[in-house]
Amino acid sequence: MIRVVLPAHLRTLARVDGEVTLDLKGDVTQRSVLDALEARYPMLRGTIRDHGTLKRRAFVRFFACEQDLSHESPDAPLPDAVATGAEPFLIVGAMAGG
Amino acid sequence: MSKVRILVGTRKGAFILTSDGTRKQWDVSGPHFAGWEMYHLKGSPVEPNRIYASQTSGWFGQIIQRSDDGGKTWHQPGTPPGEPTTTPDGMPKGESNKFVYDTSPETGKPLTTHQHYDGTQRPWEFKRVWHLEPSLTDPDTVYAGIEDAALFRSTDGGQTWQELSGLRDVKGSLWQPGAGGMCLHTIVQDPSTPQRIYVAISAAGTFRTDDGGMTWRAINRGLKSKYELPDPDAEVGHCVHRIAMHPTRPNVLFMQKHWDVMRSDDAGESWQEISGNLPTDFGFPIDVHAHEPETVYVVPIKNDSEHFPPDGKLRVYRSRTGGNKWEALTNGLPQRDCYVNVLRDAMAVDSLDPCGIYFGTTGGQVYGSANSGDSWTAIVRDLPAVLSVEVQRLP
Repeated sequence: MIRVVLPAHLRTLARVDGEVTLDLKGDVTQRSVLDALEARYPMLRGTIRDHGTLKRRAFVRFFACEQDLSHESPDAPLPDAVATGAEPFLIVGAMAGG
Repeated sequence: MSKVRILVGTRKGAFILTSDGTRKQWDVSGPHFAGWEMYHLKGSPVEPNRIYASQTSGWFGQIIQRSDDGGKTWHQPGTPPGEPTTTPDGMPKGESNKFVYDTSPETGKPLTTHQHYDGTQRPWEFKRVWHLEPSLTDPDTVYAGIEDAALFRSTDGGQTWQELSGLRDVKGSLWQPGAGGMCLHTIVQDPSTPQRIYVAISAAGTFRTDDGGMTWRAINRGLKSKYELPDPDAEVGHCVHRIAMHPTRPNVLFMQKHWDVMRSDDAGESWQEISGNLPTDFGFPIDVHAHEPETVYVVPIKNDSEHFPPDGKLRVYRSRTGGNKWEALTNGLPQRDCYVNVLRDAMAVDSLDPCGIYFGTTGGQVYGSANSGDSWTAIVRDLPAVLSVEVQRLP
């Protein structure tokens, strides 16, 4: 079971409260997590990754286990703690600055 | 008695203002979609409770929202609340925010490139939806004007979108973004010639199709951009801010250009300047009185870098002569220390008699006049900066 934490605006769009849990078969990567998330909540398609290129949107960040994984390959394995559900995969709106 | 509903898009949410036909007491609901930039909301002329809305965010991109009950509830088209999130054949829904430009059928590569600020050519890249224009005849058909500039159409109530890419054939490689981005912000349908549509693009100009969007041509003859373009009479490249039409005279168009207020009497084939005695002819919105096709409204601002009214006085200017002779409308508007702007989509007229006119400011006020502009009141103050104002007359 994968635990995913969404930012507030995306929880509103997906009509969920709190964490989202996903069951994944196979490798646990950014791509497989996001594929599963978007399949469950299609209203989130285009909000985390670009519809056409599937690249991470510029001001979205991926954190887990106190690491910024945003620049990792989308096909790189996520930390074991995420794959086992011990730690959540955080989807975060980047700091706006100012 | 008729009712009036105003749809207000702001930097941090949408607001809906309603009143009876007297237009004296207003109810304010919102913010809807709090925290999101609401570029534009507009109702279907044939089914007024069908409202389309463009919801955007620098973080999370584009969302299209639709209401079928006049703004009480909303959903992303294709994913109605309570319904399965996949189609019967298992395909995920949620395509309503998918704006993918046409590519070459032979190579799969981008159809065209455009000029970038540095003079290089760049492929089109989707940024956001600036304007949604529902069809005059079909509630499920709606046009979207987007940045980077292109026109998309949905014929299934906003669930899926297809580009009308013939528009980019009109010297698209010469278009380039202005300071506000390269956006298609104005879509005007000709009620008497359904296949005719006008669009306007910042820093590209005005374009017309006579075949429902398949083919287009530039209609910028008569525009002069002395300080913006190396060739002031160029076929494309003019920074058109908005165009407006009265539905009973579809061949007459009014334009607020970057500088200059313009008029065409031949469906855009040629344009004449009608700035006349305006204190400055720079501005963004322009609109036409609902019952007087020669009565036009603009809101002059000081210049291209000082986007606020001259002398700190917020004045709407009205011409009852189709241009050239303008009168300042000031009754009820701040006449000192006012430094707000009125953006291109932030003015609208209702069809009651007398005609109501409304505009929103970057300072968060929405002003209304129930007497064609003779006097004004602030319907609401202190909203986030207003991006768009549309008005509906309801039975």
